[in-house]
Amino acid sequence: MTQSSFAAALLNPDAATPANLIDPQGRPAPKRFSVYRNNVTSGLIRALEAGFPVIRKLVGPEFFAALALTHLRAHPPRSRIMMLYGDDFPAFLAGFPPVAHLPYLADVARLELAIRHSYHSADAAPIDPAALSVPEDRLLNSRLFLAPSLRLIRSPSPIHAIWQANTNNGPAPQPAAEDVVILRAGFEPAPHLLPPGGAAFLQAILAGRTLAEALAASPDGFDLTAVLALLLSTQSLTGITK
Amino acid sequence: MFDAARLTLPNLPGVGYKPQHFSAILANAAPVGWLEIHAENYMGGGGRPLAQLRHLAERFAISVHGVGLSIGGEGPLDQDHLNRLKTLCDWLQPASFSEHLAWSTHDGAFLNDLLPLPYTADTLTTVCDHIDHVQTTLGRRMLLENPSSYLAFAETEMDEVTFLRAITRRTGCGLLLDVNNVYVSSINQQTDANAYIDAFPLDAVGEIHLGGHDEDIGDHGLPLLIDSHGAAIVNPVWALYVHTIARGGPKPTLIEWDNDVPDWPVLAAEAARAAAILEQVA
Repeated sequence: MTQSSFAAALLNPDAATPANLIDPQGRPAPKRFSVYRNNVTSGLIRALEAGFPVIRKLVGPEFFAALALTHLRAHPPRSRIMMLYGDDFPAFLAGFPPVAHLPYLADVARLELAIRHSYHSADAAPIDPAALSVPEDRLLNSRLFLAPSLRLIRSPSPIHAIWQANTNNGPAPQPAAEDVVILRAGFEPAPHLLPPGGAAFLQAILAGRTLAEALAASPDGFDLTAVLALLLSTQSLTGITK
Repeated sequence: MFDAARLTLPNLPGVGYKPQHFSAILANAAPVGWLEIHAENYMGGGGRPLAQLRHLAERFAISVHGVGLSIGGEGPLDQDHLNRLKTLCDWLQPASFSEHLAWSTHDGAFLNDLLPLPYTADTLTTVCDHIDHVQTTLGRRMLLENPSSYLAFAETEMDEVTFLRAITRRTGCGLLLDVNNVYVSSINQQTDANAYIDAFPLDAVGEIHLGGHDEDIGDHGLPLLIDSHGAAIVNPVWALYVHTIARGGPKPTLIEWDNDVPDWPVLAAEAARAAAILEQVA
């Protein structure tokens, strides 16, 4: 089939130019074919560069381009929606021996990908904070609904500190496990570091548990008020059962 | 508010919409009279892209230009992608929908480029079947864009204009004439660009594209132009545009600048040049 050999040669730099591709005089046209090969690879590298700017900063632009090229040849996009390209890039980083000495890399990539997904997520109107002003036993038996743009990332690495250090000149990261929630107030998603127990609490809420059940899943000393205040201030609470 | 003027593209210059130009466009878009978006950039669930688009659609006729349908692909169209396109067209009600005579997916992989196909009786049938499928699903007539080409296929049986003319006759679709692509292909294939325009079914053209290209050297030292959408429109392309408009009359004309996107005044100046040419003929 024409397009099978064309497509295979696009992604394999060692493949010969398909013999049916010719110049105006009917001669073989390898340089002309390489225009398509370059368009495909440079376009996908640019898409990964735009999607993972912190990873690029961490490994350097030249190494990133080589990393991206290796990835895209092995895993060309499966979706036509390029703004979300890179779903399998974190897993690729996790399994790629040349970056095995940077164990946090895959989770930072997951964070960048989640921020991008949050940016394009559906809108949802926040609830009036007054809706939480009900008797405590009623509140505890309620279920909360969170904005579709909310994303939760748990990591054994200090991914929030790494992200801050590379985007907002934050202080040098120290070794720590960090849980991050991405919240989108208006149209700009931002990662927030969760206090201990915050991720377990949000996971329970996302799974449809009541507030009481979610609290039971959280450790002693978990600061419910702080987490609710964060969700309210970022317009991330979109519903509560009566 | 219902506004019939937004249901068709006016015979004015338009530009490919870039988010960095949002404020400039709302402040003063003149001489730009309509906007084109890439369909795939508005297939998310929400957020700023869709909010901006809803806002712009209240003020401007919008052209939806797809880059991912792979109409020239050997395999069937991706029904999921077509459904996403239908969702977008159903709520946006754009003035126009267009796609490319090209393929971009194979065996489930999306190659993110507009790849060429040979022009044969078999590929003609496949492309027409795909266009029927698109037009039936969307419930609207689409425009098909001529590609820029860098090489030829040994098995090609007919020239591009013959192929496009046959597609319009069989499917009833309209055409999007990319004048820069005609020029790029004519240099690369050593054909006559003016003759291409003279043979083209301009009655079927619902939109024109103008854009920039890069210059390179190909096999055997022959010039090779590369469609880049990343530079100003060159004088020979403007001349070919004048020739096209003189022959076919004024058409909605897009300034297409997708890479190394300039500040708004640079785009507006290109649009003004197109507007002057359109006014001379009107």
